[in-house]
Amino acid sequence: MRNTHPCKLVVIISEAAIEDPLAADVMRLGAHGYTVSDARGQGSHGPRSALWGADKSIRMEILCDGETAGAIVEHVEKAYFRNYAMVAYVADVGVLRPDKFQHKA
Amino acid sequence: MDAIPLFFALGFAARLTRSDLKIPAQLYEALSIYLLIAIGLKGGMELARQDALHILPQAIAVIGMGLLIPLLAFPILYKLGRLDRFNAAAIAGHYGSVSVVTFAVGVDFLIARGVEFETYLPLFLVLLELPGIAVGILLARMGGDWRSIRWGTLAHEIFLGKSMVLLGGGLLIGWIAGPKGLAPLEPFFFDLFKGVLCLFLLEMGLVAASQAGALRTSGAFLVGFAIAMPVIGALVGIAFALGIGLSAGGALLLATLASSASYIAAPAAMRIAVPEANPGLSITAALVITFPFNILVGIPLYNVLVGLAYGS
Repeated sequence: MRNTHPCKLVVIISEAAIEDPLAADVMRLGAHGYTVSDARGQGSHGPRSALWGADKSIRMEILCDGETAGAIVEHVEKAYFRNYAMVAYVADVGVLRPDKFQHKA
Repeated sequence: MDAIPLFFALGFAARLTRSDLKIPAQLYEALSIYLLIAIGLKGGMELARQDALHILPQAIAVIGMGLLIPLLAFPILYKLGRLDRFNAAAIAGHYGSVSVVTFAVGVDFLIARGVEFETYLPLFLVLLELPGIAVGILLARMGGDWRSIRWGTLAHEIFLGKSMVLLGGGLLIGWIAGPKGLAPLEPFFFDLFKGVLCLFLLEMGLVAASQAGALRTSGAFLVGFAIAMPVIGALVGIAFALGIGLSAGGALLLATLASSASYIAAPAAMRIAVPEANPGLSITAALVITFPFNILVGIPLYNVLVGLAYGS
């Protein structure tokens, strides 16, 4: 498609309780920003129905370059996978204005 | 029969029978904000009428009670229940902290019976939120890894969590404004309180029933603990109430606080401070068993125990 440039989309679905530390980590690892939305569903930790505080989930999306995506995925795997309900994946996407998503120096 | 516990039963039954009843998440948030502010305001207003020097020793003793309860719960879970240190400590922390709604049901129980009580007791509710959680975290980390804790995030979660800000803030506003300043707010915050509490309990019934499936995997020990621990807590609460010279009504409320387990502030703090613990266990115990036990059976039972202790 004309005008789009290759970029990585990192998606992390996890417990709302760790939104703040997760966001801090993502920014520290070089992301320019992120988008968080409320989520619900079911997985190996049972249903996450978002009915009340401790049961809430979030979906965090980060558009970044390959290097940052690699750093984020490696970090969440080490820091969170063992103890938290978390799914993370990386997809190749095409973005407009690619300079917005380059690695922060 | 009090109407309030019946709303919990209605929510619970509706969920079990797969009714399509749902309380929107935003309404749940709004109701909990209302309850926390209203309880804080009421306590603050009454605090304004009190002599601080009279309350200070009581407040210190109550904080001591908050530290003691998780220390009683932990060995039961760790030694008797053979849970690992993280789970035992996290659950102990939940029982050391308190449930605001259980307290509100206790207050309603006394008002419905025309029993007098020290109206500044919401102060103790605020004071009891934190010590139990702190002890739970210390127990989990004893002899282990302290470095993994993010102290900044944890402190933010505990001190600036919704319940502390609204309860503590309400208390402060009520104290500063005093009864005169709060008079215009009375129709909204005090007269409507009971109706809002009913709606909130309806939602709690739905939530508790939605988590009830976890009972199948939690084991008989946890079920027994979640029924025995509130009674142990209530006995401790009555002993402290006698010690600090509360009235029989005040003793019932302190017993109710001591018996209750947190399911809002503690789960959020424990998820950050003790991620190794399985949140399913503590939430099942606190919300699915202890909370309904307290509002349906516990509070009337503690009332009998208070009657025996106070010889009334």
